[in-house]
Amino acid sequence: MEFIRNFPFFSILLSLGSGVLTSIMNRKVARFWNTFVLLAVTVMSAVLFVYMLGVGEPYTFMMGHFPAPWGNEIRAGVLEAGMALFFCIVMLLSMKGGEEHIDREIEDTKANLYYIMINLLLSSLLALIYTNDLFTAYVFVEINTISACGLIMIRQSGRTIEAATRYMIMSSLGSGLLLMGLCVLYDITGHLLMSNIKQSIAYVYAQGIYNIPLVASIGMICVGLAIKSALYPFHTWLPDAYGYSTVSSAAILSSLVSKGYIFLLIKIFFRVVGFDIIVDSKIVNILFVFGLLGMIMGSVNAIMENDIRRMVAFSSVAQIGYIYMGLGLGTTFGIVASIFHVLSHASTKSLLFVAAAGLTDASGGSKRFEDLTGSGYRNPMAGIAFTMGACSMVGIPLFSGFISKMLFAEAAVQNSLSKMLPTLICLAISTVLNAIYFMKTVIRLYTPKSRNVKKTEAGEAAIVSFREHPLYNFTLILMIALNVLLGCCSQPIADWIISGIGMFG
Amino acid sequence: MSRLLSEQEYRKTKAFKVKRWYCGEKDPYIGRVELRPQKPFEEDVNTQKKRIHDEAILQRNIYDIEHNRKLMLFSKFYKVISVLFVFTLIGILLYMVSYLPPVGNAANPDNNEVATKYIEDAMKDTGAVNIVTGMILDYRAFDTLGESNVLFIATCTVLILLRVDSRSKKREEEENDRLYEPKNDIILQKVAFFLVPMIIIFGIYVILNGHLSPGGGFSGGAIIGSGLILYVNAFGFQKIERFFTQRTYKWICFVALLFYCLAKTYSFYCGAHHLETGIPLGTPGDILSSGLILPLNICVGMVVACTMYAFYAMFRKGGF
Repeated sequence: MEFIRNFPFFSILLSLGSGVLTSIMNRKVARFWNTFVLLAVTVMSAVLFVYMLGVGEPYTFMMGHFPAPWGNEIRAGVLEAGMALFFCIVMLLSMKGGEEHIDREIEDTKANLYYIMINLLLSSLLALIYTNDLFTAYVFVEINTISACGLIMIRQSGRTIEAATRYMIMSSLGSGLLLMGLCVLYDITGHLLMSNIKQSIAYVYAQGIYNIPLVASIGMICVGLAIKSALYPFHTWLPDAYGYSTVSSAAILSSLVSKGYIFLLIKIFFRVVGFDIIVDSKIVNILFVFGLLGMIMGSVNAIMENDIRRMVAFSSVAQIGYIYMGLGLGTTFGIVASIFHVLSHASTKSLLFVAAAGLTDASGGSKRFEDLTGSGYRNPMAGIAFTMGACSMVGIPLFSGFISKMLFAEAAVQNSLSKMLPTLICLAISTVLNAIYFMKTVIRLYTPKSRNVKKTEAGEAAIVSFREHPLYNFTLILMIALNVLLGCCSQPIADWIISGIGMFG
Repeated sequence: MSRLLSEQEYRKTKAFKVKRWYCGEKDPYIGRVELRPQKPFEEDVNTQKKRIHDEAILQRNIYDIEHNRKLMLFSKFYKVISVLFVFTLIGILLYMVSYLPPVGNAANPDNNEVATKYIEDAMKDTGAVNIVTGMILDYRAFDTLGESNVLFIATCTVLILLRVDSRSKKREEEENDRLYEPKNDIILQKVAFFLVPMIIIFGIYVILNGHLSPGGGFSGGAIIGSGLILYVNAFGFQKIERFFTQRTYKWICFVALLFYCLAKTYSFYCGAHHLETGIPLGTPGDILSSGLILPLNICVGMVVACTMYAFYAMFRKGGF
């Protein structure tokens, strides 16, 4: 076995072990170590990604001395490696972009706890991506949930604790449903390993004995994961959690945590149940309807919001709606569009959160729109970054958002009329709504009325020069570059996603 | 009444004391146990005003259902829908359960080669007589590694929420600790004096025999943790801090989990590359057998015991 094939295993164990290591470190060492781990995992995933592109065949890796149905197993294909690479990059950028805020908003003695959460979150995301075993997935879903809770409430105020409580309750409900679904699946197939379950399900489905439990368990898994990734009617935990936590947490939660669950769901669709059976069970239609609802309602809520962070958070609800709409189309092309939107939304949303933090800093810490007037002049880099992010969300060409919308439209056109029309209409409405609230914000940022220093409720608004925060500005530039890269090189990326889904087999 | 002892000597005997206690003349608590009566609830004028004001706002904005039609409709709608929803869900799940394979049927799908191998080969493969321990710490050790990290991260989250770091606040919490409850309770202390060593020894027994008999790191650790909690309840924080402080806790968790991670990394790596680990399995049934399972059980046990105790100390006074 080539040495590169160890890399998924190394990255999971490295991030898991560094969670433990961080517990005895102080703030500075912990931050340094966290950066090192993120960089190391990024490099390993990149090498693995390039290697997998060359090999073009997925492989499994035995975790322990016992082969798969008895022991644990992880599996890496092109899609997994690429996702891991992308998640690591976004996480690294979000951490670096919010570093000053972490220093300011988190108590000094508790800073290392924050880095423990980040390290373990990374390991759980990697495990969700690479796992080939449903129960391993469940264990790491738990780690993911608890660490996300910690990320929300590390900045201690009444609102974050309320948000964390809400998140915990909703998320536990989701985990419970997921676990129940897995139990039923185990009961009717007798396996926990994904490939074995798929074989038994194909057999069981052909026999037609356990169809009702099968459909019920698919339903429970879908609803559980939908709650955890904030699909529209289950989104109530989201605005507070994203709106009041520290910037890095908000960026990581919106761009990675919910996406990890969506990736797991896609994996369950293809590797566990089989996509034909999923489409046959009509569960995709339900996801489709709620996805469409989310696209509209998330944007409507965002328009009514008067707080920039909460507005960006509500925009996440709409974007999650897009992703589920793509899953609901029930075609492989819809899934490709969804995965592309996962990438595009992750890169854009982290950019928007980090840029919004710079803008609020330049307005004396106030997040209200009246105080933000003209902040694009006070912090030019953040203003430019926010505008870029907004363009991407609305779907202006050259940015990633445009490509994902185009892929959704293409996927819809290939579908039957009953799904094509609602998709296209909702896409159009949602784009207009997106444009309303994002352009409203951008115009507000560049309204020159209050360019001179002005008192706000929270403190003094001050002009932030470009050189004051070199790291922050540098991360913003990298994030914009990532976004434009996704927008401009969309064809190779789409090809990569298609070949990755092919490898799910 | 004839008595062998004189009145003065009789007053010194235990029997006299017991009789006085029985007749209700003397309460052994008084004078021996520090009791502080609970203070009546006092509130200064400003906080009282604020509280009344807040309550009025709450009443007006949230609970004033009569004048808020939207809220009234919503709360009624919510009640009806939630009850309907729950009953539908129960109905669906019951309907589904009736279609599941019957319990204990030999032809069930989960009665397959996986379970058979676990039952037949576990002792030979892992060296553990207790198949469950063999499964969780050897066959499916990756899941258990994740599971012990769930515990670790749960403690970290509780630390974020409850740990008090500033000195003044810490002192305040220490003064408030058990303010209204008896300190140095003799009955509790005497009972704890006998029970705590036995509980802890039993916990150690359960951990060390995890691969031989039912039990293991998780259950044994929980037993030791409850022993520590009983000890701190009886004797107070000052005594337990002679051997168990926040520092000890941090280092025990660190060393145990790090050893766990490293040992498992080594064993996974060897397993994936089909190499021998070089760790002897020993004779099944011995205490020193079954390879890595025993040290891992000890690690898990230490982490669980510390976690149990840390949760208690956090909730009681935000640190220890």
